Amino acid sequence: MFQAREDTGNLVVIDSNGRMGGFISELFARRELLLILIWRDIKVRYKQTVFGVLWALLVPLLQTLIFTVIFGRLAKIKPDGPYSYAVFTLAGLIPWTFFSQALTLGGQSLISQQHLLTKIYFPRVFVPAGAVGSCFVDFLVGLLMYAVVLAFSRIVPPLGVVLFLPALIILMIVASLGVTLLLAALTVTYRDFKYIIPFGVQVLMYASPIVYPSRLVPDKYRWLYGLNPMAGVIDGFRSAILGKPWDMELIAISSASAVFIFAVGIRYFRSTERRFADIA
Amino acid sequence: MAKAIIKAQGISKVYTLGQSDISHGNFRESIRGALTAPFRRLRELGGARIADREFWALKNVSFRVDEGEVVGLIGRNGAGKSTILKVLARITEPTEGRVELRGRVGALLEVGTGFHPELTGRENIFLNGAILGMKRVEIVREFDRIVDFAQIGRFLDTPVKRYSSGMYVRLAFAVAAHLEPEILIVDEVLAVGDAEFQRKCLGRMDELRSKAGRTIFLVSHNLEMIEALCTRCILLHEGRIVFDGSTGEALEKYRAYGGRAGEIFVTATTRMRWQGIRNREELRNVSGDGDLNFNLSFSVGDRDLDGVHIDVELVDAKGTSVTHSKSRFLRTGGFSVKAHAEVTFRYTIRAPMLAPGPYYLIVYAYDPSGVLAWIEHIDACTISARSYFPAVDFIDEIKGTTVPHFHVELL
Repeated sequence: MFQAREDTGNLVVIDSNGRMGGFISELFARRELLLILIWRDIKVRYKQTVFGVLWALLVPLLQTLIFTVIFGRLAKIKPDGPYSYAVFTLAGLIPWTFFSQALTLGGQSLISQQHLLTKIYFPRVFVPAGAVGSCFVDFLVGLLMYAVVLAFSRIVPPLGVVLFLPALIILMIVASLGVTLLLAALTVTYRDFKYIIPFGVQVLMYASPIVYPSRLVPDKYRWLYGLNPMAGVIDGFRSAILGKPWDMELIAISSASAVFIFAVGIRYFRSTERRFADIA
Repeated sequence: MAKAIIKAQGISKVYTLGQSDISHGNFRESIRGALTAPFRRLRELGGARIADREFWALKNVSFRVDEGEVVGLIGRNGAGKSTILKVLARITEPTEGRVELRGRVGALLEVGTGFHPELTGRENIFLNGAILGMKRVEIVREFDRIVDFAQIGRFLDTPVKRYSSGMYVRLAFAVAAHLEPEILIVDEVLAVGDAEFQRKCLGRMDELRSKAGRTIFLVSHNLEMIEALCTRCILLHEGRIVFDGSTGEALEKYRAYGGRAGEIFVTATTRMRWQGIRNREELRNVSGDGDLNFNLSFSVGDRDLDGVHIDVELVDAKGTSVTHSKSRFLRTGGFSVKAHAEVTFRYTIRAPMLAPGPYYLIVYAYDPSGVLAWIEHIDACTISARSYFPAVDFIDEIKGTTVPHFHVELL
C-alpha cells in the first residue's frame, strides 16, 4: 500500500514519506484476492433470495416497463431509430444499471468493511474494485438477456459490434471504477457522501440518454453533456448494437472525461488510503 | 551475525483525538458547536492539526528483530502495543520513522478477519486464506489439514452464522495457523478458545519457530504464555520502549512498572484517566471480616468535572459478581474534581465476609454527560484464608462466595 516498496530480496520499507512504487506489481501479486472478493460479493448479494441472480435481469426489465409506459406512451418520446421504445431504453439501462450499482455499492464498500481495514493489510483498491467487479458480472448477465430481447425483436446488430462493444465496455469500466474509487475514498472521510451518492446517481440518470435520445440535447450544450462519461457510453451502446449513427464527438469528450476521472480517482484514493485505518 | 528481519528506526505515531472526547458546555455552546461543526470538521479532515488534542501513541521507538526470534511485546493497556503491531502489519502508517521488513508478513490481529457469516465453512476458508495472504494453491494444499485442525467435520458446508462460537473460533484459527509467513505478528488472539485448543495453537507456534525458523512477534496479557514462548521481550510504557532484553528481566520490570496484567479498558477518555488502586499493596492479604478499602485513583483531564459518580462491582475469580454498589445510592449530587488533579476515591465496603481467594473490580465512572472511565478485570485484592474462625484448616475448600458469621450448636 502506501510508502511500501518491495525491493529485491523481499524487503518492504514502511515510512511516512508517502512514496509510491510497487503498486501495480502488488495488485498483480494479489490478483486472486480480488477475484475472491468479487465472488464473495456476488455470492452474498444473492444469498437467501428466491430469484437469485435473476434479479440482475428483473431490475432493468421492470424499469424498462415503467419507462416505456411513462416516457414512451404518456410523454411520447420517440426512440432514435427504427426500433421500439422498450428496446431503445433497455439498451441504455444495461450499462446504466452497472454504473449506478457500482457507484452505490462501491461507494459504501470501504465503510461497510472498515473492520477489514483496521485489522489487516491488503491492497485497499480491491475493496471498491471488488464491488465494481461483482456488478460487472450482473452486467454480463444483463447483456446476455439483451441479446435474447434483440433476437425476439428480430434486430441484428451491425458487424462492427464485435469491435466497438468491447471498447465501449472498457470505457464504461474505466469511468465507473474512477468515480467509485473517488467516492469510496471520500465517503471514508466525509460520511456526507452516504447521502450525496444516491441523490447524485438520480441526477446523473437524467443527465444520460436513457429515457430520451441524445439528439434532444441542444448542440451548444453537447460538449457539457459529454462530460458525463456515461452519456458517451450509452450513446455508443446504441450505435454499436442498434445501428444508430455514431456521434463521435460525444464519445470523444466522454472518453477524455472518463480517463480524467479515473486518474483523479486513483490519485485521490492512493493519497488517502494510508489514513483509512485511522479514520474508519 | 544473525540476519535482521525487522528493523524499526524511530517510529512515532500521533493520533488526533476525536470531538467526542471533549465535554460539552452549555446548551447555547452546543448549538453553536453543532452549527460550526461542519466547518471545523472540514478543516480537521483536511489535515489541520490541533495540537492540544494530539495523542502520541508511540514516541521514537526503535528495535531490531533477528531471524528465528520470538519476541514478546508487553506493557499496560494504552502503552502502544497495538499501535506497534498495526504499524508492522502496515495497517496504519507511522507519523515519523521507518521500518524495514524482510519477508512476507502474516498479521493476526483478530481471528476470522473477513469471515462472512452467510458463507459456509469451506467458502470462508478460501476467503479468509486469501485475505490473510495465502495463494489458492496453498489453501488447496493445506485444506484437509485446516479442516482437521478445526474439527468442524460435517459442518464444513454449513454457513458459519450457524456455528457455535467455539467452532467459529476454531475454524478461524485453523486457517491462520496454516499461514506460513516469514514474519508472524500475533495480537491477543489466543485468549479465545478453550484450554485444549490454546495448547494446540501454542504447539503450532512453537513448530513454526523451531522447524521453519520463522520470526514471531507476540502481544499477550497472558504472562505465562509470554514466558513459555518468548526468549526476548520489549516492555512498552506510554509509547516508549523502557526495556528490551531477556523475558525474565522484562517481566520483573513490567511488574515494577505497576504492570497490571489483564485490565480491560472498556471505555477510556482523556477527561478522567484510570491510574489504579493506590493501596493495592495492603490489599495483597486481607482478612475477610474487616472493612475493605479501595483507593481508586484517577487523573483528571484539562477540564473541571462536576457530578462525578462511581460504580464498583466486586467480582470473584470465577467471574461471579459478588457486590455491586454505586456512589449514587449515597449521594445525589456526585463529586466535583478539578482539572489536572490526581484524585483518589476511597471506596469502603464494610465487612463483606468474603470467601478466601482473589477478587477483581469493575470500576465505572461517569458524569452527567456520559462515561468517563470504565475498567474491568482490575486485580483488586486477595482475601486470605486466615480468618476469624478458630479452626482454619479447611477454609480453602469452601464453595460459597461469602462466609458470613455463623453459629453451630448442638441442641
